[in-house]
Amino acid sequence: MKSSRFSSNSALSPFRVAVLCGALAAVMAGPSMAAESVLRIGMTAADVPRTLGQPDQGFEGNRFTGIPMYDSLTQWDLSSYDNPSVLIPALATSWVVNADDQTKWTFKLRDDVKFHDGSPFNADAVVWNVEKVLNEGALHFDPSQVGVTASRMPTLRSAKKIDDFTVELTSSEPDAFLPINLTNLFMASPVQWKAKFDAVPADVTDPAERAKQAWIAFASDASGTGPFKMDSFVPRERVEVVKNPTYWDPKRMAQVDRVIMMPMPEANARTAALLSGQVDWIEAPAPDALPQIQARGFEVYSNPQPHVWPWQLSFAEGSPWLDKRVRHAANLCIDRESLKVLLGGQMGIPKGTVPPGHPWWGNPSFDIRYDPEAATKLMAEAGYTADKPMKTKVQISASGSGQMQPLPMNEFVQESLKQCNFDIEFDVLEWNTLFTNWRKGAKDPSANGATATNVSFAAMDPFFAMVRFTSTGAYPPVSNNWGYFGDDEFDALIADARTSFDDKERDAALAKLHARIVEEAPFIWIAHDTGPRAMSPKVKGVVQPKSWFIDIAPMSVE
Amino acid sequence: MINFLVRRIVYTIPIMLGVALVCFGLVHISPGDPLVSILPPDASIQLQEQLMELYGFNRSLPEQFFSWVYRALQGDLGTSIATGRPVTEEVMKAVGNTLRLAWVATVIGFVFGSLFGFVAGYFQNSWVDKVASATSVLGVSVPHYWLGMVLVIIFSSTLMWLPPSGAGEGGSAEWVWNWAHIKYLILPAVTMSVIPMGIISRTVRALVAEILSQEYIVGLRAKGLTDVGIFLHVVKNAAPTALAVMGLQLGYLLGGSILIETVFSWPGTGFLLNSAIFQRDLPLLQGTILVLATFFVVLNLLVDVMQTLLDPRIARG
Repeated sequence: MKSSRFSSNSALSPFRVAVLCGALAAVMAGPSMAAESVLRIGMTAADVPRTLGQPDQGFEGNRFTGIPMYDSLTQWDLSSYDNPSVLIPALATSWVVNADDQTKWTFKLRDDVKFHDGSPFNADAVVWNVEKVLNEGALHFDPSQVGVTASRMPTLRSAKKIDDFTVELTSSEPDAFLPINLTNLFMASPVQWKAKFDAVPADVTDPAERAKQAWIAFASDASGTGPFKMDSFVPRERVEVVKNPTYWDPKRMAQVDRVIMMPMPEANARTAALLSGQVDWIEAPAPDALPQIQARGFEVYSNPQPHVWPWQLSFAEGSPWLDKRVRHAANLCIDRESLKVLLGGQMGIPKGTVPPGHPWWGNPSFDIRYDPEAATKLMAEAGYTADKPMKTKVQISASGSGQMQPLPMNEFVQESLKQCNFDIEFDVLEWNTLFTNWRKGAKDPSANGATATNVSFAAMDPFFAMVRFTSTGAYPPVSNNWGYFGDDEFDALIADARTSFDDKERDAALAKLHARIVEEAPFIWIAHDTGPRAMSPKVKGVVQPKSWFIDIAPMSVE
Repeated sequence: MINFLVRRIVYTIPIMLGVALVCFGLVHISPGDPLVSILPPDASIQLQEQLMELYGFNRSLPEQFFSWVYRALQGDLGTSIATGRPVTEEVMKAVGNTLRLAWVATVIGFVFGSLFGFVAGYFQNSWVDKVASATSVLGVSVPHYWLGMVLVIIFSSTLMWLPPSGAGEGGSAEWVWNWAHIKYLILPAVTMSVIPMGIISRTVRALVAEILSQEYIVGLRAKGLTDVGIFLHVVKNAAPTALAVMGLQLGYLLGGSILIETVFSWPGTGFLLNSAIFQRDLPLLQGTILVLATFFVVLNLLVDVMQTLLDPRIARG
């Protein structure tokens, strides 16, 4: 009876089998689906940075749609909170300059890397990626990627395949900074692009238009070699990337299954999104909300970045800053500790363009500190007293990318300098205008009588950190030596650094250059940004390096 | 009536040309580099010149203008410098999102504005009038982005009832009218509705008061018409003006929501404009402004036509 009852109750009709299988599948799939770990990020950008390999939106673009999805030949080491972020191999295992012709470099490539579409990474892919921005005759040349890429590797001219895993790169002049510049050239998949190109409707016959449409399609279905691969993309709203389980570098294997990145340009909106649980991580929380964020149990991460918030001084005829004592006095007269308090602690106190301990530090003899007595004495020696203060004008902006909080910060500096007999007047400009004027120089009418300008800058790369501000070859309009600083000594130091092809020798040459820059003080170094970001306590494994970038791959979500 | 319509439509042609010229002119006379979104300031002069040529910014302004208008007439507003995507596609998607938000906000604003206006006008100088009038003055006076932030602090950050930003879990592309998506719409729509509500309320109140003071109302009362009947007469006479104000408010909401859309990260035209302005993406900026201006012109046309249908004296005038 028992068996018959069993038999009658368990008559496995096809329907029941299907239901049972479905239930079993649901039970088995349930935990794995529920277990998908998701990290949601609110970016400061007003749009998703471009996803086709060369992101826009400044370094935030590289941080979110560059480094997670793509690799470059060389990369920044983002694994330490305490140590400077230095250059390490990535898709290239080694590189060497040609001893006979120092404009030619040989790069050896990894032979175990595949793009997300399954195609192999090799020398052909490197040549293709160089040509996408440098060879106007190439089918896949994309003008929209040229600006953000070519300007960050100004001397690279071409690439040539030597064998499947060796390429030769050629620069316009001997340039030891080239391997550093190459962190900005991300490797996109030529095979994936070609598939998109072939899929463009046949009625589009103009090759340039077909290439343009192929890049647009590629941006929505991108393929790189990074630890995350693109899963979905809604322009201006979100990009979702998922773990790349076959990533070549075990140290950077993604720990989280999915990352969703959303543009949230308004600081209060980002803060609300974090507090309401809509996202797990926000960039640059509203400064006055930091106590509330921390009180609600969220973590705030920060670390001084290679970023300088300075006054760049004019050395044009008639500028009061031509007197080194005045430049030193200004650097000694700013109470940076109090400024840091004003910014809720979110500021690094500079000792130069790079901090002590950095390979380019160089032990300058001038110590940037707060010493108003010494500053007043130097001012008196230069002929400026309380009755006869040094009057001058500074161009500043009311807002702007990387500008931190320019109005309260500049007003603080103005007040601080007053005690040492500086009488500063501001010429407040719209950010893009100040930015554009930066290139025109202190002698241009756009300076409007100002003898200093307040444009912050990134200091990761020696050219952008030092050379463009101190080389006589970088006088306006060529580059950003707004104040016309520099002489034969600096040109020689720069030439020495650019032709020191051994890493240690190059760093030593850059250290000499940096030390002399601090000693001559063409800037008033006021602050380093700390790149604050707030995260849910669920996010683990966060390392905020001394960099503009951060590696998402080692992070996990509980 | 047909003559009026034809005349009104013909008038829009020079208006649109003027709008296009102003859009183009305003965008190009503002300071800054048109390639700033893709060209860092440290780029070399050679690179700048190369890109200016590739993007056609080295051509004369009249040449650029006529080429832009010619392509715009064919529905092609160019390509965004920053994203490389077609401007028409970007703007139309954003317009769809803003329309969704603006309609809901307008309906909220119109319903509550009319209600407050009629009640306040009908019960002039009573406490009901004072409360309704104070509410409408508050609606017009409160900065809406501030109100948006306050609502976010209350309903998102503190109570955690409603999401503070975005247009749904999967983005606006997957929008459906269910609670999972509508909850993203509530805070921005309520914030956006406050100004039209105030304006419509004040307009309707004044209209109702004026209509009630007219002699024909006394006549209607003398004939023994009930209060409801008189109220319906008042509504019918106030409707053309209320509709005109609503149409204009919808126009304003379509173009004037930069702050609200930015506060709520709502992917509409305001968010797009904000992005275009900060990235100095000229094709996107002038394309978006042109489309919004076109909406204004078309809305005005529609409102004129509707007013004429409701009140034939306008066409005769």
